[in-house]
Order: sequence, then C-alpha cells, then structure tokens
Amino acid sequence: MLPSDSVVLLSRWQFGLTALYHFLFVPLTLGLSNLLGIMETVYFITRRPIWRTMTQYWGLLFGINVAMGVATGITLEFQFGTNWAYYSQYVGDIFGAPLAIEGLMAFFLESTFIGLFFFGWDRLSRGAHLIVTWLLALGSSFSALWILIANGWMQHPTGAFFNFHTMRMELSNFYEVIFNPVAQAKFVHTISAGYVTGSMFVLSISAYFLLRNRNVAFAKRSMMVAAAFGLASALSVVVLGDESGYLADLNQKMKIAAIEGQWETEPAPAPLTLIGWPDEKLHATRYAVKVPYVLGLIATRSLHTPVYGIFDLVDDARNRIKDGVVAYTALLALQKNPNDKAAEMVLSVHQENLGYGLLLKRYTSDVAHATPELIEKAAWDTVPKVGVLFWAFRVMAGLGFFFILLFGTAYYFTIRRGATKRRWFLWVAFLSLPLPWLACEVGWVVAEFGRQPWVVEGELPTFLAASTLAVQDLWISIGGFVFFYSLLAVIEIFLMVKYIRLGPEALFKPKDFGLNKVEPPLKSSLSYY
Amino acid sequence: MLDLECLRLIWWVLFGVLFIGFAVTDGFDLGIAALLPFVAKNDLERRVVLNTIGPVWEGNQVWIILAAGAIFAAWPLVYAVAFSGLYFVILLLLLTMGISRPVSFKYRSKLKNPVWRFCWDAAVFIGGLVPALIFGLLVGNVLQGLPFRYDEQIRLSYEGGFWALFNPFACWCALTSLFMLIMHGGIYLALKTEALLANRALRFSKGAAILFMLFFAGGGLWAAYAIVGYEVTSVLSPEGYSNPLHKEVVKRLGAWLLNYSRYPFTLAAPVLGFLGAAAAMLSVQGKALKTAFLCSALSLFGVISTVGVSMFPFIIPSSLDPASSLLVWDASSTQLTLFLMLIAALIFVPLIVLYTAWVYYVLRDKVTAKEIKENI
Repeated sequence: MLPSDSVVLLSRWQFGLTALYHFLFVPLTLGLSNLLGIMETVYFITRRPIWRTMTQYWGLLFGINVAMGVATGITLEFQFGTNWAYYSQYVGDIFGAPLAIEGLMAFFLESTFIGLFFFGWDRLSRGAHLIVTWLLALGSSFSALWILIANGWMQHPTGAFFNFHTMRMELSNFYEVIFNPVAQAKFVHTISAGYVTGSMFVLSISAYFLLRNRNVAFAKRSMMVAAAFGLASALSVVVLGDESGYLADLNQKMKIAAIEGQWETEPAPAPLTLIGWPDEKLHATRYAVKVPYVLGLIATRSLHTPVYGIFDLVDDARNRIKDGVVAYTALLALQKNPNDKAAEMVLSVHQENLGYGLLLKRYTSDVAHATPELIEKAAWDTVPKVGVLFWAFRVMAGLGFFFILLFGTAYYFTIRRGATKRRWFLWVAFLSLPLPWLACEVGWVVAEFGRQPWVVEGELPTFLAASTLAVQDLWISIGGFVFFYSLLAVIEIFLMVKYIRLGPEALFKPKDFGLNKVEPPLKSSLSYY
Repeated sequence: MLDLECLRLIWWVLFGVLFIGFAVTDGFDLGIAALLPFVAKNDLERRVVLNTIGPVWEGNQVWIILAAGAIFAAWPLVYAVAFSGLYFVILLLLLTMGISRPVSFKYRSKLKNPVWRFCWDAAVFIGGLVPALIFGLLVGNVLQGLPFRYDEQIRLSYEGGFWALFNPFACWCALTSLFMLIMHGGIYLALKTEALLANRALRFSKGAAILFMLFFAGGGLWAAYAIVGYEVTSVLSPEGYSNPLHKEVVKRLGAWLLNYSRYPFTLAAPVLGFLGAAAAMLSVQGKALKTAFLCSALSLFGVISTVGVSMFPFIIPSSLDPASSLLVWDASSTQLTLFLMLIAALIFVPLIVLYTAWVYYVLRDKVTAKEIKENI
C-alpha cells in the first residue's frame, strides 16, 4: 500500500520544518567551534589571559546554541526511519553507512569533548584544554563531512545499483560514494557557510559592545578574529557555490534550469538571468535581465556547451519514463520468476531509467500499461517549483556577495584600527546578524526543493519513499514538533539575548578579564549545571 | 573479505554491543535522572546530582545514536519496521531523551529563578524515567512480535495501534528496565557524591536491585511459558539475499527457549543478569562501590544478551504474518556494506573507548556541595 498524497505532503513538511529548524543551530556550531579554537590558540601562544576570557565567553554562547543543535539533530536521524521507512529500506545499504560513520568518527568526538571544554578549565593544562577545543571543532566539521556525503549521494547517486532480488539499491563502490564530487563541493560550501555564520555572530555582537562603548578591548580583539576568518570563509562559500553549480549541471540539469527560470535551451555560451519574474503558468520568465556568457561559464566551464532549458529537459524525461516502463515491466517478470534471464537482461539494459518509470506509480498501479497522458503528466512532475528556486537562489547568492563586501570592509577597518570610530559600520555589522541564517536556510531550499520530485535524484521518487502512516498521525507529530520547537526557540532566544546583554561580565568582573595580564579565575558561576 | 554469514553474525553481536554500551553508560544517566527528585532535597543537592552526569551524559547518549545509525546501515529493514511501526513511541523517546534532556542540562542553572529550575528539573526527571521505561516496553513488544507485513514488492505495512503496545507483558518489561537502570544509576551516583547523598542513592539502588531481580525472573518465566515465540521451519541460506519473503515461520509456545537447549552455554546470559545484580548488592554492602558498578554493568550485559540469545536468529518477528519476520539472515545490508562498516567500527570503537576513558579519568573526582557553593 502506498502512502496517500496528503501523508507524503505532510511528511515532507515535517522533515522540511525540522531540518530547517535544526540548521538554525548547525552553522553557528560549525563556525563558533573553530573560532573558539583560534581564540584559544592565541591564548596558548601569547599567554594573554583576555584571550581565555574571549574563549570562555563565546564558549558560553556556543553552549546555549549547541544544546539546541544536538537536541534537534537526533530528530532528523530518527525521522528517516519513522517517516521515510521505504526510503530507509530502499537505500539504507548505501545511505546508512555515512550516517553510522558520522556517529563513530565525529559525533562521539564532539559530544565527549564538549563536556571537557566546559568542565575542564581547572582540570587540564593549557595545552590539553586547547587540544580538547580543537577536537570539538574537528568533531563538528567531520560531522558535516559525513552528513554531506550522505546528502551528496541523494543529489548524485554514484557507486550503487538496483538489485531486483532485494528490491532495493545496493552499494557497489564506496570510494565513489565518499569521493562523490558533489558531496565534496557541498561539504566545503556548507562548512564555509557555517564559518561565515559564526564570524557574523562574533562580528555583530562585538559591534553591539562597541556601539555601547563597553568591553572595548574584548570586542576589538573578537572583531579582528571574526573579520579575518569571515572574509576567508565568505570567499570560500562563493567559490565553492560556483563549483556546486558546475557539478549540479552534470546530473541535475533540471535544478539549474529552474534556478535560472530558463524554459528554452540557450545556445552556448548561455547568458545568466540576473533577475526576472518566472511565470509557471505561462512557462516563461518575464522581464528577464540577462548577462551574456556567464551561465555558460558557471554551469559548463566552456563556451561551446549549451545549457538546457526546461522544455528540452521535460522531453528528455518523457523518453526516460518510456524507457523506465520497459525496465519496470522486466522487474515485474523477475518478481514472478527470478530466473527469467531474458527479463534480467532487459532490466540491466534499462535499469538507469527505472526510477523514471517509478514516477508513474503516483498515477497508476499498472505502470506497464501507462497511457501517453500519464507519461506526459509524470514528465512534467520532474520540474520543481521554478519560482521558489529562482528567488531562493537569488537571495542566497546576493547575500553571499554582500558577506564578502561586509567582511572585506571589516577586515580593512580592523587592520587600519578604524572600526571603532565608524558608527555606521558598526550599525551595519550589528544589523546584518540574521543574514547568514537566512542565506543558509534558502541555500537548503535550493538544494533540497530543487531535487524534487526525487528523494534520490533519478532513482527514487519522493512520494514512494514515505512511511505508510495515517494522516492524523502526521498531524499529531507535526503539531507536537511545532509546539515544542516554538517553545524551545523562545527559551533559546531569551537566554541568548540575556547573556549577550550581560556580556563577558556574566563570567567575570571586568577587572578580571585579564587585560592586566592577571589570570582571571578558572571557574565562574556558570561553570556548573 | 569475510563471508556474508560471518558478517551478519558479527553485526548481530555488534548490535548488542552498542546497546550494552548505551545501557552501561547512558543507562546510569537515565537512572540518576529518574532518581533526581527522590535523592536530592534542595537546589544545592540537585545541582550536585546533575553535575555528576553533566559533563559525560552527552558522550554517553551517542551510543544510542550510533546504535540507531548502525541499525540503519547494517539492518535497514529492521530500522524501517521498528521506527515507522513504533512511530509515537519513538517520537516520545525522541522528545524526552533526545530533545528536552540536552536542553534541560544546559539551561537549568543559567537562571536563578526557582520556577525555571523546577521546570527543567522536571524535564530531566521525565527525560530519565520515560526512556528507561520505553526501552523495556520496546523489548517486551518485540519479544511478542510486531504486527507488520510485506507485500510481494517488499513494501511494508504496519497494522497495529499505539495503545496495543502497552500490553501487560510489555509493561512488565518496562518496569524491569526501569529498576535495572535505577540500580545502575544509584551506584554511579554514590560513586560520585559524598556520604549523605551517596547513602540515599544506595538505598534506592538496593531496593531497585531486588525488584529488578524479581521482575527479571518473572519476565523470564513469562516469556518462556506464556509468550508465544517464533521458529523458522524452512531451510534458509545464511548467505541468501536480504529478502524477508523466502522462508516459513511458525508461532510456538516455548520457542524462545530453543537456543538454550541447543547451545547450553548461552544459559550464562540470564545467569549473569542475576548474579551481576546480586554481586553488585553484596559489593555495596561491603562498600566496594567500584566493584558494585562493574557487577551492575555485567548484569546489564547479561540481561541484554538474554534478549538477543532468546530470539536468535529473529530480530523482529512479525505477529501478523510470521513469514515476514526479520532475521539475522534476511534483513541485513550487503556483504560490502557490512564489511566496510566493520572496518570503520574496528578503527573507531577502540578510539572511542580510549578517549572516553581519558575523559572519565580527568573527571574522576567526586562532585561536592562545597565546590558548587563556592562558585555561585
């Protein structure tokens, strides 16, 4: 029995909401853990106690954030099983491995050392504590690596094949899964985005202190670290984002076409649509302002390869669906008789389009005899929501360039020691605080919404992947998530704002910050639960 | 590369190892959390209790996350059935243990407001009590089989409700698990605290140990003589494809005892469950708390092994359509995946044990009321 359309839709909403919510905390964890490592390294080398105060204060805010990151991350791992049971069973042989290795290699490291980061100041030597902090940062980055290897495989499934005996996909080459170019580009793009978020957090809150003219020595140093690290990361985000675009064109041409609102195939070298109004009913993008050559260069790295438009890609999908029907028919024969060598031969030839054949299951249980009308409908199902992708991408990319500008300016001002005098800049830095989160969230919308209708690109349609649950089950669980997550969000923001306003004084008296080269106490009122 | 039969057997053992790792480490966190309102009389005492597990619970919890990840990777069919079939129980586990517990620890003492602290303490308590019960509840239900079946395309359907999970046998198992973890948690709490709290913790631990032994014995007899077990009646290749539809299974009273008569050495598992608990209590009497903790850990090892041995080769039997049951031999990943995951486990599990041990060593001191008072 297949899950109903409403169950699929609600399951998607639940996963989408909980994943986007989780990712409010992840980028800050990624960025801040590395910034803590940098600050503590400076403390270790220079022995200036103010750098320990910085590590501990930013660590306090890190702790408030990371609790939510941990709490909301487990939800996602569990949801593959609870709400996407068929997905888990269909691709668990491949997809489960990076998740399990993430636990073995990364999450254990991060979770074990986070306790010592907070509780170890008075129990460890300076060097040992520094190592603990870096292991914590390393754990969070490794975690991102394995999760993005798993996600990269959903975007670009390599190293696997369909086995009709077990009715699932199975691993053939783990090397290809790990060194999947899409996964590698996504990893660097995503952790760089996390580093930008962490840097913006430190930059904005330092700007807040400077605007209020308090903790100046503390804020200036923090701002310096954030500006340098942020600039490098912002450059890396954009460069690797470009790499992602190039790689997406290799196997997710539809995603690129939707992002560009490009309905007709553009002759090489294709122009980039800077802005416009995609109209999904008319199948056209109106008022488009185009920059010649640029898209061709980004997407194909050549002046001679065309970038395909949606119409041509739908034509292609239609052919692949027809081919998928052949594969599916052979699969049915094999289910009746696993020794049917002729059918096995047919399946192996047409296997790469089996997933396209499965798209028809949304409309008919008799895939083998699908009418041309149904095939046409299924072919158009391969087009994601063009308007959403078009705008989400432009918001993300626009913000990416803004971050380079902002951190570039911040870097220039901090090396010229002029940042504190320019209140307009401090205001801009302070008000930009929410922007990296916005960029990260719309980035995931581009990546995951752009993958629709597939849960595994070209292999498994999303509507087949959901668990067969009842609609009211989904309403109850979504209601529960919305209620508890909203409550936790209010509490988290309340605590975060409270401790930002208190500033490093939450830990020590200002005379103890360590400016006079006097070591502040190793413990504070917040050293215990 | 090892052959598939061998790898399946190894991953069945590792499945147990991960749950035992979880029970031995995070088990005491859960037990202590469930004891929180009973052993600690005021805010300072509650803070002492919370700080005994505060620095380590997070690493401990990863055992269960890893166990879930390992089931996903090594037993994808099991993962799909258990998590989607037991939908609301898994979500309840997630809410109490996975979502509210991490936040409770970190946020509780960030404000002095007593109402604020009371609410988080309540969340910690629920986050210990409810998961400790749920793990037993799940075992109790799996022993009876879950109501699922596969169609010919191996598409899963689960045809049972939420309330059916709260049947008498499963509730009995839930209480067994709670008493077991309170026994374990009480000993750890006593190890990490000074006289007054330690004595209170040990009183609860001793009571729980006695109840645990009674419930474990009762549950064992119940499972042996009143719960219908499952038995594979067709010949099955342990190297076959992971397709659960190629076998015949019957339900039979006493089937869960077959392995003990076939392989008598496996009786060591239930015996260890009892002896461990009894030895733990004797050590507590003799004030040898470290030995007591070790014995209690061995008891947990014995109990979890008992469940595994009784059911082998079943992982989740199907009560609705016994032929759809998931076995060690027909619900796993491929040879390649199992092998690669084994390599990963062989590299990382020893590393994990090593650095976890170091962290415990650094944090070896008792938590005292004095040090917390000094830092208010």
